Amino acid sequence: MSIREMGGVEAPADTSHGRHAEPHQPVFVGARKEELDELLARYPSKMAALLPALWMVQHDRGWVSEDAMAEVAKLLELTPAYVKGVVTFYTMYHQHPVGKYFVQVCTTSPCQVCGAEEVVDAFLRHTGCQELGVTSPDDKFTVIEVECLGACGFATPVMVNEDFIESVTPEGVPELLSRYK
Amino acid sequence: MGYPHKPHARETPVLSQYFGDAEARSLDGWRKRGGYTAFERSLGMAPADIVNIVKESGLRGRGGAGFPTGVKWSFMKPGDGKPHYLCCNADESEPGTFKDREIMRWTPHALVEGCAIGAHAIGAETAYIYIRGEFTEPIAWMEAAIKDAYAAGILGKNAMGSGKTVNVWVHRGAGAYICGEETALMNSLEGRRGNPRIKPPFPAVAGVFGQPTTINNVETLAAVPHVLNNGADWYKKFSRSDNPKSTGTKLYSVCGNIARPGNYEVSMGFPFKDFLYDLCGGPLPGRKFRAVIPGGISVPIQTVSEAEASLMDYEGFVAQGTMLGSGGVIVVDDAQNLVKFIARAARFFAHESCAQCTQCREGTAWTTKILERIAAGEGTTEDLDTLLEIADNMTGKTICVLSDSCATPVVSGLKKFRSDFESLIKKKTHHLVPAVA
Repeated sequence: MSIREMGGVEAPADTSHGRHAEPHQPVFVGARKEELDELLARYPSKMAALLPALWMVQHDRGWVSEDAMAEVAKLLELTPAYVKGVVTFYTMYHQHPVGKYFVQVCTTSPCQVCGAEEVVDAFLRHTGCQELGVTSPDDKFTVIEVECLGACGFATPVMVNEDFIESVTPEGVPELLSRYK
Repeated sequence: MGYPHKPHARETPVLSQYFGDAEARSLDGWRKRGGYTAFERSLGMAPADIVNIVKESGLRGRGGAGFPTGVKWSFMKPGDGKPHYLCCNADESEPGTFKDREIMRWTPHALVEGCAIGAHAIGAETAYIYIRGEFTEPIAWMEAAIKDAYAAGILGKNAMGSGKTVNVWVHRGAGAYICGEETALMNSLEGRRGNPRIKPPFPAVAGVFGQPTTINNVETLAAVPHVLNNGADWYKKFSRSDNPKSTGTKLYSVCGNIARPGNYEVSMGFPFKDFLYDLCGGPLPGRKFRAVIPGGISVPIQTVSEAEASLMDYEGFVAQGTMLGSGGVIVVDDAQNLVKFIARAARFFAHESCAQCTQCREGTAWTTKILERIAAGEGTTEDLDTLLEIADNMTGKTICVLSDSCATPVVSGLKKFRSDFESLIKKKTHHLVPAVA
């Protein structure tokens, strides 16, 4: 199955191999570096801080570039290839830039029988994305279907970046999107 | 409490007592409700005595497997000179399940306390709560609770003035159902890809960071302070008189086509029929129940008559052809296409397969393709046999049970709802019949 068929995000045409156009500015300087050092004290190995470190990268930069992976690798005494292997395993790390607002709509079976597919259609229509995994022309939105968000009793749950929104209906989509300028 | 609904008179709210009560989230609010008294008392007890009380209470793992918690704890050998670890599995990702989410959102200190007691009981100085990455709100509440607990001296180097070290940390996952499998969770926590490990060695021998480890579900650990405060006999009372093997209260998440979805807490052995119609309000207006999955999407599908005959405990569900699992109740009504529902479940497993075992990697993908073509009206009679053959190759042959879980709704669906599949099929075979010479 293709990446998009499996709910992934397609690489935009203008990125080359997950690298930034400009030189990479280190993420782990100043307060971020201190935060990482504090975190390292919680684990008996440096490698255990890998997932949290990648979260920090994504929080600050919006996605995890290969340059950022190399930076993390150096700090945690790993190889860039190893870090990439871990990044590619987890669906929440973006390996390409995504829209300013990343919309994840749960469509797994319990939500599907409650009408999640119509919610997805409404998002695709109202964001201008048209297709799953493709960023809207104004770079504001990327919409994907996500596997079980763990809030099945509140169908349909939707995540917009770090916001978790319960009980979204197709009719409620325009109002919800208006909160994200 | 039937959160988000008002509590029903027939519920037994123990864990869910404070769901919806925002004051219970703060440390002060939690202490006013009797919080941390069990932990304080446990610090003065010998770890073996705590393990014995939990063993005696009959508390079993609430994540799905139902393994006796006290027995699991007793596998951790004290004084072996190695660091021990406790992992709390908060990777709640089983479709249909959203109970741990509410525990962490409303009563974060209940889980911190359960982890702290558990860590002390198994001789661990550190407990990690592995929370799925999508649970942004539960993560925020848990981190705030832990911060307050450290500031108040409940956690840390001298926990509640006992001289013992008890650390509890949150570790955020990043989107992988398989990390709810205990060995995959440990790999993920170590900073690896979340591939399950071959057992043995079992976690109690060589777990996270290669050290003796115990992994418990959120609901299990949250129940521990109640067991210590009220005693094993009190906990054992929440059961059927003819089945002492399942004790305590259980949280059920209810979703799908039902009048009042949400979380409900009942005693072990509660009649499932009353639960579905009385507590949860029965089907939506003008509809009828068609199929029920009582324990998350990985357990066999029940017909309505099987569900109505079930008693809600580990043995009661097995007697009616399914399992208690995680307690994620999914109800499907007669307005739905059941084949499409099962196909979507298979797609979930295809997406979430870690792909290290061939049977799972290939089996989940092909099961999805075949089910989706049947749902689209393109299937053949032959496809039904192929599905069962693939399912057989996916069952009991892989490192973990994700593969089995994908096969389960297919096999039980075909067994109990075969006419739903057949009504969508027009052709016998995909093969071209050679023209007669």
